[in-house]
Amino acid sequence: MGIINKKETASKAGQIPEDFPGKVIPAGNGANIVVTSLDKIINWGRANSLWSLYFGTSCCAIEMMQTGAARHDYSRFGFEVARPSPRQADLIIIAGTITNKMAPVLRRLYDQMAEPKYVIAMGACAISGGPFFYNSYSVVKGADHVIPVDIYVPGCPPRPEALLEGMIMLQKKIMTESRTKQKNPIEGFDEGK
Amino acid sequence: MTNEELQKTIESWFPVPEFTQPEFSTEGSQFLNVSIEPENLHELMGLLQHHPETHFDYLFCLTGVDYGKELGVVYHLESTVHRHIIVVKVQTEDRENPIFDSVQDLWATANFHEREVYDFFGIKFRNHPNMKRLFLSEDWEGFPLRKDYVDDVNMVVK
Repeated sequence: MGIINKKETASKAGQIPEDFPGKVIPAGNGANIVVTSLDKIINWGRANSLWSLYFGTSCCAIEMMQTGAARHDYSRFGFEVARPSPRQADLIIIAGTITNKMAPVLRRLYDQMAEPKYVIAMGACAISGGPFFYNSYSVVKGADHVIPVDIYVPGCPPRPEALLEGMIMLQKKIMTESRTKQKNPIEGFDEGK
Repeated sequence: MTNEELQKTIESWFPVPEFTQPEFSTEGSQFLNVSIEPENLHELMGLLQHHPETHFDYLFCLTGVDYGKELGVVYHLESTVHRHIIVVKVQTEDRENPIFDSVQDLWATANFHEREVYDFFGIKFRNHPNMKRLFLSEDWEGFPLRKDYVDDVNMVVK
């Protein structure tokens, strides 16, 4: 009886549908430990296996390639491979200028990526339009006008060390994620939240 | 051929002094600059390409220019046989409907270059088979590389 009551009150709060089959077992002693430990394991797994999408629109891409190549080698930190398809990528490094013509393509690529997905804006152009901020008819003033950005790496272009630092910061951010408070980054983005 | 020889050759093609003559200049340039009236442009270009002494078979640059008042096009030509280079300039004061003869029948590479010039400067080319925008979207309004172009939404003017 107590369980049914809980189900009704919960459904009123909009959490559990009325026709939810079976029992609802509320979280109590012990359950939180499982969830937080699960968080740690999942975050550890996600943070150390980030596959990035090939997305280089200008000179930052050269520096990004260098970060992936032998001398700096980002696969040491778990950014194992770069993928040519958004379906297989967890991370998009916006390496270069985003023009008004490219913006819808960037948005589509982002929307095609499976969750969880992360975004690094690399270099001045991707952060704010950079050298093209003034007197340009064609450049978007920052990739965050198009998609939500997690990490900003300044520079023109940033050195591989700077990009690595940004990528490690992203890993740290992922390590603080919690399953219970998770939110889709694109939710409310178009409304300006 | 040297610049002086080129100039002499071209002057010999326009012997009648009543017609507007091409103007020559080498000031501030290592190449011979020829300014020509738009109506004589295609004839001069045809001669430059076909004449065995000049034989300009390579158009290596085609540029649109907004001089502020006039709109113009600059052609850089080279001969792969004689290894000489010439610059041909043409301009018009008509900013509403600027139009020049297309040279894409002489040098096929001009096809895309002229579309690019049309895209950014709004200069049209007569007898061009596909005179439409190249880089910008079809519904773009205005010509962004003109000096008087304004875009209040996208441009932060400084």
